[in-house]
Amino acid sequence: MELSDRDHALIAALCDGLPLDRRPYKALGERVGMCESEVIRCLEAMTREGIIRRLGVIVRHHELGYRANAMVVWDIPDAEVGEAGRRLGGAPEVTLCYRRPRRPPDWPYNLFTMVHGRDRDAVLAAIEAMAGREGLAHHPRQVLFSLRRFKQCGARYGKRREAAE
Amino acid sequence: MIDDADRRLLAEFQHDFPLVPEPFAELAGRLGMGEGEVLERLAALKASGHVSRVGAVFTPHKVGASTLAAMAVPPEWLERIADLVSAYPEVNHNYQRDHRLNLWFVVAATTRDEVLAVLEDIASRTGIEVLDLPLLEDFHIDLGFDIRWS
Repeated sequence: MELSDRDHALIAALCDGLPLDRRPYKALGERVGMCESEVIRCLEAMTREGIIRRLGVIVRHHELGYRANAMVVWDIPDAEVGEAGRRLGGAPEVTLCYRRPRRPPDWPYNLFTMVHGRDRDAVLAAIEAMAGREGLAHHPRQVLFSLRRFKQCGARYGKRREAAE
Repeated sequence: MIDDADRRLLAEFQHDFPLVPEPFAELAGRLGMGEGEVLERLAALKASGHVSRVGAVFTPHKVGASTLAAMAVPPEWLERIADLVSAYPEVNHNYQRDHRLNLWFVVAATTRDEVLAVLEDIASRTGIEVLDLPLLEDFHIDLGFDIRWS
């Protein structure tokens, strides 16, 4: 699906979320010059095409009591990383699972997962159990807990820099 | 404090939000509450920070470009450099983590060139190397966050 300028305008308007209004698609459309049914059709198409991965309530883990946030990074041989990624991506403990490039010598890790929990001990225990269950305990890994959150918001897409300024 | 009705609202509407003219009325019907109450609860959850927004998560790289970046910042400069990084509108997450690479942030923009320009700008303003770790493959099926209430 080729995104049009109108799609991009809609995506930019949606970055702040839907207005909490009885007719949110109508209100959103008013900002970008689309009617309600066109907004709904565009969002249906973007969902169908996999451009929108999820439409709904987006929560903040920390405020919900999930105070421990760990980025678990794994060094998995390239030939095995696809299978390991599929296993971890489907694990109930994991909220994100991405393959990323290694940056040797400082950074040998090629698989990134996020695990949230109520406290550090719970998260460490969950990671240990998951690594064993998925047959990945023998691969080098590191757990990087977050110590401070400086910024958290939705990504801003659809607007070019010069237009945003 | 959030109550059971809030939890149901959060647990059940993280995905497949109704694409109908009055979606909050539909949610209200499924939860057995009034539309006005759903809107009030969501507004309160947003004000308290439990909810970031009701909206879309875009699939990385299908709309625009993004990367995960990491820097090894001397501890005494961390706050200043974190503030400098957070000030970019393209930066949407910025965390201190317990590693020599202690500052981790996500940069998202319309094009990969714009993402790289932000990384280069941060590197040149701070004099600290910025590791660029773009996504190569996404293994996770995102159904939102599992609200496991115990």
